[in-house]
Amino acid sequence: MDSAKWVGMQILRMAVLLAAVTVTVFALLSLSPVDPLTTNVGQTALGSMSAEQVKKLQEYWGVGVPPTVRFLGWAKDLLRGDLGISLLYRRPVIEVIGERFFNSVWLMAAAWILSGLIGFFLGVLAGRKRGGTADKLVTGYCLITASTPAFWIAMVLLMVFAVWLKWLPIGLAVPIGMSSADVSLSDRIAHMILPALALSMTGISNIALHTREKLAAVMESDYVLFARARGETERSVLIRHGLRNIALPALTLQFASVSEIFGGSVLVEQVFSYPGLGQAAVTAGLGSDVPLLMGITVITAAVVFGGNTAANILYGLIDPRMRKGRKKR
Amino acid sequence: MNGHLLEVKGLSISFIQYDRGLHQVSLPVIRDLGVTVDRGEMVAVIGSSGSGKSLLAHAVMGILPYNASAEGEILYKGEPLTEERQKALRGKEIVLVPQSVSYLDPLMKVGEQVKNGRKGPSWREKCRRILGSYGLGPETEALYPFQLSGGMTRRVLISAAVMEEPELVIADEPTPGLHLDAAKRVLGHFREMTEKGAGVLLITHDLELALQTADRVVVLYAGTAVEETDSRAFDREDTLYHPYTRALYRAMPEHGFRSEPGSQPYVKELPAGCPYRPRCTMALPECSCEVPLRKTDRGFVRCIHREAEV
Amino acid sequence: MKITNRRRKMVLWMVLTVLLLIGVTVAGWLVGEKAAVTDFSRKNLAPCLAYPFGTDFMGRDMFLRTLAGISSSIRLGLITAAVSAVIAFFMGMASAVLGRTADALISGLIDLIMGIPHILLLILISYACGKGFWGVTVGISLTHWTSLARLIRGEVLQLKESNYIKIASRLGHGKLKAAAVHMTPHLLPQLITGLVLMFPHAILHEASITFLGFGLPPEEPAVGIILSESMKYLVMGKWWLALFPGLFLAAAVLLFHFLGQGIALLLDPENAHR
Repeated sequence: MDSAKWVGMQILRMAVLLAAVTVTVFALLSLSPVDPLTTNVGQTALGSMSAEQVKKLQEYWGVGVPPTVRFLGWAKDLLRGDLGISLLYRRPVIEVIGERFFNSVWLMAAAWILSGLIGFFLGVLAGRKRGGTADKLVTGYCLITASTPAFWIAMVLLMVFAVWLKWLPIGLAVPIGMSSADVSLSDRIAHMILPALALSMTGISNIALHTREKLAAVMESDYVLFARARGETERSVLIRHGLRNIALPALTLQFASVSEIFGGSVLVEQVFSYPGLGQAAVTAGLGSDVPLLMGITVITAAVVFGGNTAANILYGLIDPRMRKGRKKR
Repeated sequence: MNGHLLEVKGLSISFIQYDRGLHQVSLPVIRDLGVTVDRGEMVAVIGSSGSGKSLLAHAVMGILPYNASAEGEILYKGEPLTEERQKALRGKEIVLVPQSVSYLDPLMKVGEQVKNGRKGPSWREKCRRILGSYGLGPETEALYPFQLSGGMTRRVLISAAVMEEPELVIADEPTPGLHLDAAKRVLGHFREMTEKGAGVLLITHDLELALQTADRVVVLYAGTAVEETDSRAFDREDTLYHPYTRALYRAMPEHGFRSEPGSQPYVKELPAGCPYRPRCTMALPECSCEVPLRKTDRGFVRCIHREAEV
Repeated sequence: MKITNRRRKMVLWMVLTVLLLIGVTVAGWLVGEKAAVTDFSRKNLAPCLAYPFGTDFMGRDMFLRTLAGISSSIRLGLITAAVSAVIAFFMGMASAVLGRTADALISGLIDLIMGIPHILLLILISYACGKGFWGVTVGISLTHWTSLARLIRGEVLQLKESNYIKIASRLGHGKLKAAAVHMTPHLLPQLITGLVLMFPHAILHEASITFLGFGLPPEEPAVGIILSESMKYLVMGKWWLALFPGLFLAAAVLLFHFLGQGIALLLDPENAHR
C-alpha cells in the first residue's frame, strides 16, 4: 500500500467514526425521558398556561416529533451549515459555538501547550532513572493531581488567588459590566490565568506518567544497554537514544490529550463561570437544548478525531518501521 | 604488561526475584566461575540457552542490571577491573558483541550506529571499509535495524565492535538463528580478530561450533563451571574428565547422538554439592558436599572422581 | 547483602489501606441520617472543636456530610467499576475469539467512546437516562471499560495460541465456552488489577458529573453536591465548605491509587523482580 492511499484510508476511517458519533449522540439525546418544558418553563408556569400556549412551547422544544424526523431535520441544518437553532440562546448553534469557541480556544491552547511541555519535561526527568529521587517526586506529584478532582483544584486556586490574595479576578472572561469592545488584552489574560493553570495542572500528570513509562522502557532496553557497553555517557544515551525513541509516542500522546483537555475545560469553566464551550455544553445539557448539545459534541469529536488522525498519519509517515513496513506489504 | 589479558576468579552472579507473590529469592545464575583469556586466544564459555550466561558478559562490561549482583574478582591486564576502569575501557579496549537485533536502536540508521556518534570523513571512510570487509555494501548504512537479516545483523554488530580496534572482545551468543554456513563465517570473523592479537571471550550454547573455532572451552552446568579444557580434548572421550562433559561428547552427532535422560535443573531447585549429581551415573554420597576444583593436564575439573583417575 | 523484602511491607500497608477505606465507607453509611440534620442555630460556623470541618448555610455538620459523601462516592465507584470490569471482560473476550467482524466492531466502539471527551459523554449518557442516580451509574459503567477490554483482548489472543486452548477447541468446545472456561483463571489477575485501577477514575468522574448537576440529586450526601453548593459561598470567604470535602475525597482516591498500584505490582509477572 502506498502512503497516499494509506493516508486516504485513515481519513475515511475518521469520517466513518464521526458519522457513527453523530448517530450515537442523537440516539442518546432522543432516549432521554427529561421533559424540556418542565426543566425550562417550570411546572407551576406550565400549569397556569393555556393548552394552546403549551402546545406552542411543545412545538418549539420538539416534543412529540419522532426522532427520525428530528434527525433528518438536524442533518439538513448540518448541511446548511448553521447546525440548527439553539433553543436556549435562540440563535444559530454555529454562532453560539463560534463565540464560545473563541473564548475557550485560547484557554485550551495555553493549557495544552503548558501541560504538554511541562509534562514531557517531568516525564523525561522521572523516566531517566526509574526509582530515583526525581522519579519519586514526579510520580508523587502526578499521583496526587490525578487523585484530585479537576474542578476542586480550580476551586482551591480561586479561593487562594482570587478571594484570599485578590491577585486575579474571580471569574468570567471579561470584567463585569464592560462591553466587549472595551476589554483590553491584559484583562482577557488576567481572566484566563487561573482557569488555564487549573487545566494545565491536571493535564500534566497524564503526559508525565506516560512519557516516564515510555522512557523508562527505552532506558531498560537492550539497545541502551549496548550503548552503555559501547562507552556512551548517560547524557549521550538519553539524548541519542532516549529522546529519539520517545519523540513519536510523545507526539501521539500530545494529540490524544486534546480530548482530556476539553473534558477538563468543561469542569474548570463551570467553576470560573468562564463563558466557553464547556460551560455551554453544561448549560445545554441542563436546559435540554438538544441542537446545541449535539453541535458541541459533534464539533469536539471532530477536533478530537482530527487530532488523533493527524497524529496517526504523522506517526505512519515519520516512523521508518511503519513507512517501510507498509511498502513491503 | 603482565598476567592474562582477562582473568575472572571466583565470579558468582545472582538475581533477586520474587517467587509466588511474597517470597523473595536470590537466584545464583553463575557460581564460582574462573576463566582466563590471553591475547590472540579465543576462549568459549558453553552453557545451555536461557541460563543467564549473558550476565558474565555484562559483569565484565560493568552493565549488570540493578537487581543482579556479582561477587568475585575480575582482572584486566593483571589489574582489578574497577568501575572506573570499566567506564574508561568499555567501548574502546573492551567491546561487547551482543546477541540480537534488539541491541540496535530501532530508529537509528545502521551507519550512524556503527560510527557511534563520531562524525567526519575519516570515520565515514572507516565505517564503509569495515562494513565492506564483512561483505556489507555502502547501501547498508542507510538501512534501519528492522530491515536487516539475521546474518547481516551479526555482521553489523561485529563491524561496530571492530571500529574500535579492541583488545578484548566479548561475544555473547553470536550465532543463534543463523544457518550453519553463516554461523561458521561469523565465528571466522572472531578468529580473524585473534589473529590480529585481540583476545576473544565467546559465550555460547553451541558446543560444536565453539570447538571448531575456540582454543579452550569452559563448560557450565546449571551455572557452575564443571570443566575447563582445550578444544582438542573433545577429540576423544577419555581426555574429558567430568561425567557431564563426557555426556556432551556422546551427544554430539559424530559420536553417536546419545543423549542422557533428564535435564539441567533450574537455578531455583539446585541440589547441594555437584549440580550434576542427580543425573550422574557415578554419583557418590560425597558429591552432595562442596566439590572443589581440581587441576588437570588440560585445565581444571570440578569432580571428586578426578583424583582416582589420574 | 541484606535484602529488605519490600513486598511484605507493602502488603501490610495495603491491608491497612483497605481497612481504612472500609471503615470510612461503613461509617459514612451509618452516619447518613445524622449528616442531613439541619440546625439553623449553628449555621455557617468556621471549623472549631465541636465541628472540625465547620457547618454550612443550613447548619449541617460538614464533617458528617463529608464522611457520608465520600462513603456514597466509594460505594458508587465500586458498583460502576465492577460493572465496567465485567463489560471489559466480555468485550475483550468477544473481540479476541469471535472473529474479525466482532473485533472490528468492538474496536470501532472503543474508538467511538474514546473520541468523545469523557465528561461530555458522561453528560450525554446521564441526560439520556434522565440524570440522577441512574444517569451517573449507567454513564460511568458504560465508559470505563475500554482500556481494560483492550488489555484482555491482547491477553486472550496470546492465550489462544497456547496448546491446551487449541486442544479444547479441537475437542469440540464452543469458542466462547472454551475461552471462558479455560482462560478465565489466567485472566483473573489482569481483571482484578484493572478493576482496582478503575476505582479512582470512577470515583472522580462521579464527583465531577454530580458537581455539574448531571449526577446524584441534591438531597443525596455526595461530595459533588457539597462542592457545587459551596461555590456560592466561596466568594464570601467560607473556604471550609470546599477545602475539607475535596481534600478528603482526594485522599480517598489516592488510597485507591496506591492499592491499585500495589496489586498491579504483586500480580503482574513482568514485575517479578521489583
